[in-house]
Amino acid sequence: MATSATAHAHAGPQGFIRKYIFSLDHKVIGIQYFFLALTAVFVGMFLSLLMRIHLIAPLASLPLVGEIKPETYLSLLTMHGTIMVFFVLTTAPQGGFGNYFLPIQIGAPDMAFPVLNMLSFWTTFVGFVVIIAAFFVQGGAPLHGWTGYPPLSAVQSAGPGEGLGADLWITSIAIFCLASLMGALNFLTTTLDMRAKGMTMMRMPLTVWSWFITAILGLLAFGVLLSAGILLLMDRNLGTSFYVPQIIVNGQIMLHKGGSPLLWQHLFWFFGHPEVYIAILPGMGVTSQILSTFSRKPIFGYKAMVYAMLAIGFFGFMVWGHHMFMSGMSPYSAFAFSLLTMCIGVPSAIKTFNWLGTMYKARIRFQTPMLYAIGFVSLFVSGGLSGPFLAQPVLDIQLHDTYFVVGHFHLIMGVAAIFGMFAATYYWFPKMFGRMMNESWGRIHFFITLIGTYAIFMPMHYLGMAGGTRRYSQYTEVAYLQKLMPIHQFMTYAAIITIAAQFIFVINLFWSMFKGPKASDNPWEATTLEWITATPPPHDNFGGVTPVVHNGPYEYGVPGAARDFVMQTDPPVASSGH
Amino acid sequence: MPDSTVIGLHHEDEHHPELLHHFADAQQQRDSASLGMWVFLATEVMFFGGLFCAYLVYRHWYFPDFAAASKSIDATLGATNTAVLICSSLTVVLAVWAAQTARRTLLIVSLILTMLLGMAFLGIKGIEYREKFVEHHVPGASFSFDKVQVPGHPDQYANPHHAQIFFSLYFVMTGLHALHMIIGLGIFLWLLIMAWKGRFTPEWHTPVEIGGLYWHFVDIVWIYLFPLLYLIDRHP
Repeated sequence: MATSATAHAHAGPQGFIRKYIFSLDHKVIGIQYFFLALTAVFVGMFLSLLMRIHLIAPLASLPLVGEIKPETYLSLLTMHGTIMVFFVLTTAPQGGFGNYFLPIQIGAPDMAFPVLNMLSFWTTFVGFVVIIAAFFVQGGAPLHGWTGYPPLSAVQSAGPGEGLGADLWITSIAIFCLASLMGALNFLTTTLDMRAKGMTMMRMPLTVWSWFITAILGLLAFGVLLSAGILLLMDRNLGTSFYVPQIIVNGQIMLHKGGSPLLWQHLFWFFGHPEVYIAILPGMGVTSQILSTFSRKPIFGYKAMVYAMLAIGFFGFMVWGHHMFMSGMSPYSAFAFSLLTMCIGVPSAIKTFNWLGTMYKARIRFQTPMLYAIGFVSLFVSGGLSGPFLAQPVLDIQLHDTYFVVGHFHLIMGVAAIFGMFAATYYWFPKMFGRMMNESWGRIHFFITLIGTYAIFMPMHYLGMAGGTRRYSQYTEVAYLQKLMPIHQFMTYAAIITIAAQFIFVINLFWSMFKGPKASDNPWEATTLEWITATPPPHDNFGGVTPVVHNGPYEYGVPGAARDFVMQTDPPVASSGH
Repeated sequence: MPDSTVIGLHHEDEHHPELLHHFADAQQQRDSASLGMWVFLATEVMFFGGLFCAYLVYRHWYFPDFAAASKSIDATLGATNTAVLICSSLTVVLAVWAAQTARRTLLIVSLILTMLLGMAFLGIKGIEYREKFVEHHVPGASFSFDKVQVPGHPDQYANPHHAQIFFSLYFVMTGLHALHMIIGLGIFLWLLIMAWKGRFTPEWHTPVEIGGLYWHFVDIVWIYLFPLLYLIDRHP
């Protein structure tokens, strides 16, 4: 069979365009997604920097944008939110790392539909170009926030950015929906149909589980956003009134009549809440993987971890109403949404305790990926604990649209997910690029980023409880908000330092790509399938050999084994199979 | 497996020409394609689900106006179209069976019939759209729905703004359905060319199967659209 296997090795295409641009190889597509998200995150971060500087120096003229008018500020926050949520938090963990490692970790030569995979990336790319174009059109970028609430988003004359800019914004999101649907379809089919012999569902690494569940969420959520977006485009351009009641805009009576903005809120948040889990679940997967590997212990409660993720995904679809407590909701509905929301705390706590259980009494290797995984757990807890506050309608009335909410979702959805991405980058970089990243600079980057993000986002909670409203461009004109300015100043300085520290990461990334020490095939002594193949993996992932799996994904410290870890393809050990 | 058949030969000689490199065998390829289509249909359910949600909300709020507006569209044409699509589902099933049992002529005839029925559907839809256009029932500046009685309430006129929401939903839902039909026609044209070239065999005819799944799904969407849009509170 060895000869037959060798004959089955497939060489990749040799031409530059087929190899690097329109590649069908899931690994190349994964790297393309990664760099797209890296570009997007720097655009989004630059926008947040402009906002933070404007908040403490409202009259200053800033580079590239000049004087910041209130509507400019709204454009900045809209584009910051949209770019970060769609093109970073959704793109990198799933499209980037998921694309690269899901097929390898289940022992498949590629995704089930390679052409669809390529289309999915290039569609995402077009979506990104379209949204960036919104900056440069007449009237500039839209003002309606990443949630795009009508009537502001549904009426062309509602504001300077609500003309062509808003059309481009919705078009970009519709394109992104199509791309995500293609991706989700591919991930699901690949996970269900392309697993190697012996790779049962309960032997899949938790990363694979997290990408799989994320794909289910994306599959069910993005279709709804797509139809909601089509209706919004029609309201804007074809004179329908799905979302617009009879209103007067800038002194003019609009032709729209009879619609309701609440319909958009329901459809949007039916997508929007699962989107939060689309962003965070892959981070949970990679954190589980790394905590187990660097603690040299099996993950605590593998099955519980799987069921907890499934439960989070399941409940995620039933809680969208908690974003709408202030939109005029029956107290009975609010009670149901509130109760279901707090139910999510249970599987989240299961995951947290299992992570702590994994590290308990372990001889932990504190390398950069591990530091970021621990950072993820820390941020997940800090950001998660404010969730039950906001889940209660009575408290939400006070905290709604304040900085408390901004702090909450930035910690849990933004920074925790980004820590998941950093952990994944430091962990898988050797496999993706064949070299090691610099450990010292990685640690420096970690500590500045961890302390920096807490310094930015923790004060937001106090600011919110003190009544600091979000989405205002100037806090200097109102007496009680003026007193909170020192907190804003502190946050801005923290943001400048944290943003500066990200250049350490980028320099480390590119420097290591070309100059880092060569990586071995399994530098972290991990057990999953990506570590049995060459570094970087050949075109068909395993060089013509189809791996056969005998063990669970986290066999560390198995009594009687020759090493402290047992690869998934090693001969079976007693404790395997879960 | 004798080595001579492997060494020196490109592996494609060993297996079916339609088997792609990254699949282990034809069964896995077929399962993946079929699962992929089912998963795609799940996204379609959610996509149309968003529209049905919008429909339900406004139908609940504005029921009398929806009933009046619904009465103005031609249920006979709608019913004819329903019959046309159900017949096309039959021809699709025939096509799949013909592909499974290597009946090339029947396959080609069934595919052509399906496409003809699909085009007949779109033609009838076009007639309906034209009627609405002539009657000024297309939402927008020239929309008019004045002094139309609510069915069963001769003393009550429908609110034109609420009726306009009905027509908006009517055009979005049937329009997106028609778009799916047009895409379906494209898929079936491709299947027809493949069938003409004799590419489908009892061993490999996955495209016919999954193309058929897609067509059936689009039919089912219409089966929901027809009563929801055409048959609201009909009175003689």
